[in-house]
Amino acid sequence: MNKRQVCMTINGREYRGEVEPRKLLVDFIREDLGLTGTHVGCEHGVCGACTLLWDGEPVRSCIVFAVQANGARLETVEGMAPNDRDLHPIQEAFWEEHGLQCGFCTPGFLLTVKALLRERPHPSEREIREWISGNLCRCTGYQNIVSAVQLAAEKLAAAK
Amino acid sequence: MKPAQFEYYDPTTLPEALGLLARLGDGVKVLAGGQSLVPMMNFRLVRPSHLVDLNRVGELCYLRVENGELRIGAMTRQRELERSASVAEQWPLLREAAGYIAHVQIRNRGTVGGSLAHAYPSAELPVAMTVLEAEFVLRSEQGERTLRAEEFFITHMTTALELNEILVEVRVPPLPSRTGWAFQEVSRRYGDFALVGVAALVTLDEEGVIRQARVAFTGPRPVRSAKAEGISVGQRPKEELFREVAGVATEGLDQDTDIHASAEYRREVAGVLAQRVLEQAAGRAVRRGHS
Repeated sequence: MNKRQVCMTINGREYRGEVEPRKLLVDFIREDLGLTGTHVGCEHGVCGACTLLWDGEPVRSCIVFAVQANGARLETVEGMAPNDRDLHPIQEAFWEEHGLQCGFCTPGFLLTVKALLRERPHPSEREIREWISGNLCRCTGYQNIVSAVQLAAEKLAAAK
Repeated sequence: MKPAQFEYYDPTTLPEALGLLARLGDGVKVLAGGQSLVPMMNFRLVRPSHLVDLNRVGELCYLRVENGELRIGAMTRQRELERSASVAEQWPLLREAAGYIAHVQIRNRGTVGGSLAHAYPSAELPVAMTVLEAEFVLRSEQGERTLRAEEFFITHMTTALELNEILVEVRVPPLPSRTGWAFQEVSRRYGDFALVGVAALVTLDEEGVIRQARVAFTGPRPVRSAKAEGISVGQRPKEELFREVAGVATEGLDQDTDIHASAEYRREVAGVLAQRVLEQAAGRAVRRGHS
């Protein structure tokens, strides 16, 4: 099985690697690039723990091959906080509303929410629940995640 | 839960892709959105020795209206179908059906052609395209052929596509004015696979009398009922009428029994949904007539 060179832009920075075609994108970014913020949950596209943004749109990285992302522009959770000291407003909102417990699902939620609030800056509760339906959380029961998204929407609107 | 090894090809043109399919014989799978195929490969339920990835074949991504007909390139993402203004205006059934497909992350990668070629029994696009009387354009190195929905869908995950063929385009005919639409499905949780899904199109004349009422159901393959549809012609939209149509359409309707639901349950729910979508479509037809 021939290996292929891949090159992709992640959080504004260029990364290169050499992979077997069967290497999943989530495994490439975690194992080859050391970007372990994106998590592996189900490996069959139902839990959302592996969600990252591809050209700004949330996709499941466990069901895409790394070779398919050659030349792509991706965002992972590592790119959300502006620096080592501050958090992204969405991360702040999750903290303030206790929208996470173990944190395993959280990176997937943060990126999905980032895309949601870009497309719908003032989502209704129903729209929030529809948008996050592709991300599973075993800890929180979702109530505080929904509150966190509502607070994040306010924070982002205020920042404009 | 990692896929077995395979040879990977990422052609950039359709002729290149078709040439690969002609050369590689069996053991080849075509990769479109991958939202169904890659999970199966991760489980090793499917182990293609060759994978032909269509994601760089730009010429298969388009959404255009030609002579009133909607032409969808097979690699068009489901999310694009959902967001398209011309689809929303002229074929709103497609937008409504697409919104039921899984979750937004899936629709960002999943494609229209991929969903149709995969022909999963509970999928939304096959039943929507069936009620819309869409045509399917299949291409191989040898040439092209066009099939109607009832010719294209054979049974669970089985279509008329030959090994060396790719579905390249779906064509949706224009709808008569004063046509209302509706799509409803029942699933255990939001975004889950439908237990059963039903699509309807109702066309009224200027006096509000039904010219046509189409209704299609998910199942081993998407189906309509000519007998049930015949009942409505020339009648006025009424609850009792649609109840009768729903009853005739679902009597003996072929449905699966699996761990999620029995065939009996699915048939029962199909009847309830059929009545609801016919009523909803009739209501929308009236409103469209007033615009």
